[in-house]
Amino acid sequence: MNLLDTLLRCVGTLVAFLVLPLVVGQAEHKVMAHMQGRLGPMYAGGFHGWAQLVADGVKFVQKEDVVPAGADRRIFRLAPAVALLPYLLVLLVIPIGPNGLVGQAVDAGIFFVLAVMGIGVLGSLMGGWASANKFSLLGALRTAAQLMSYELPMLLAAASVAMAAGTVSLPGIVDAFHWWWVPWQLIGAFVFFTAGLAELQRPPFDMPVADSEIIFGAYTEYTGLRFALFLLSEYAGIVVLCGLTTVLFLGGWHGPFSDGLGVVWTLAKTFALAFVVLWLRVTYPRLREDQLMRFAWTVLIPLALAQLALTGIVKVAIS
Amino acid sequence: MSALLAAAGSLEPAARSYLSPTGQEIVFLLVGALVLGAAVVSVTTRRLVHAALWLVVALGGLAVEFLLLTAEFVAWVQVLVYLGSVVVLVLFGLMLTRAPIGSSPDADSGNRPAALAVGVASAATLVTLVVDAFRSSWIDLSGPVGTTRLTGEFLFSHWVLPFEALSVLLLAALVGAIVLSRTKGDRTKPRPGNLRTALTKTKER
Repeated sequence: MNLLDTLLRCVGTLVAFLVLPLVVGQAEHKVMAHMQGRLGPMYAGGFHGWAQLVADGVKFVQKEDVVPAGADRRIFRLAPAVALLPYLLVLLVIPIGPNGLVGQAVDAGIFFVLAVMGIGVLGSLMGGWASANKFSLLGALRTAAQLMSYELPMLLAAASVAMAAGTVSLPGIVDAFHWWWVPWQLIGAFVFFTAGLAELQRPPFDMPVADSEIIFGAYTEYTGLRFALFLLSEYAGIVVLCGLTTVLFLGGWHGPFSDGLGVVWTLAKTFALAFVVLWLRVTYPRLREDQLMRFAWTVLIPLALAQLALTGIVKVAIS
Repeated sequence: MSALLAAAGSLEPAARSYLSPTGQEIVFLLVGALVLGAAVVSVTTRRLVHAALWLVVALGGLAVEFLLLTAEFVAWVQVLVYLGSVVVLVLFGLMLTRAPIGSSPDADSGNRPAALAVGVASAATLVTLVVDAFRSSWIDLSGPVGTTRLTGEFLFSHWVLPFEALSVLLLAALVGAIVLSRTKGDRTKPRPGNLRTALTKTKER
């Protein structure tokens, strides 16, 4: 019974991992097509271009899997897996509904999530280095620099929520949530979401893959399915980041009729945030690398520290 | 730690045997062998980036060892600090300076015997220390031993002073790094405009 339960949870997480990123990918096609008046993604398959994602998938499968002659073959082939797998592990511990509706309850959930998300960057670093291409190497360097600057504000913002809830377990945090946490932790939510975007290399923080400067960063030499895996890890990252922001800052499954509709609330909030991620991509121009670093160290970290102080003061005042 | 030892004292060492290990103990030993192997490869390989990546395997294996000892919080901190930050920093430094694909012949130095001697000596000291400190005491891992709550309570009720001393040490290191990286005199800020004029000046020369 216990084994069956664990197995069911793992299979459920795997299904979510295979489906949700694709939904986000399809949504990105549609959102960008509407906002920018792109005709291509609205054409394939007839009605509203529904088959565009399928066509993309077929295209990726058909392409030849090329490994550059000068590349470090083993690491080059291993990199996409290292980039993708951490997000699967993180998805396992994000609670989506009340009464233990979570892949696997982990005692120190926040730490687990932030620790494992940081590993995904190793995939980009490995791929960028092993490609034996200077643009790839530059992209990998930018990725690493970005991660190191943005992990600190992300951790501080998450620590603020953990302080407010008095626990580091993700279901525990959602259980402790009250509606007035949203204004209380608003700065933290902003810092967390922004730093997460930077860690995922999403626009406006996509200098590591800036196509007008360094082709496609660490993924320049990748083709076919391996390239698709890197893209998939980006979409999985969006799902994970939005799910985490929902759980930490927006109250997860809380909402009207949360007893029966808890899962719906979590998914609705997650996808609303995912829409914001896509919206930002088509709205904002890319920052410059040094602007990005200055933004992290002079804006986000002071804001996160201020949020931490505010959380501490309010926590002491109400206890 | 004293409470942990008290918990350990209640168990009869005689009731345990090295000859009938539990599954957990077998996995612990296997992962330990993996960590040792990865560490040895990491220091002997002539490919710089491969060495850093084997370090990832070794440090990740250590996190698994912590998990097997139910010290969940320590395991995740190990992943967060060592895998997510230190190794990324090492790789960043390597790639920024030199990281050729293939072996780098100058990765070896004549200090090999000295390094080996220091390594073996420190390992021997540590192993002797740990074996002598714990002898044949057993720690029951079935209860909540390594949860975040317990770890935090231990840390902030028994070990506050070392904890604070360490944080002062880290702060001193941070300030020292800032002082060292500050250049003397008033150097102009590297702005794109300045860079361009500097470049044209070199061209004119």
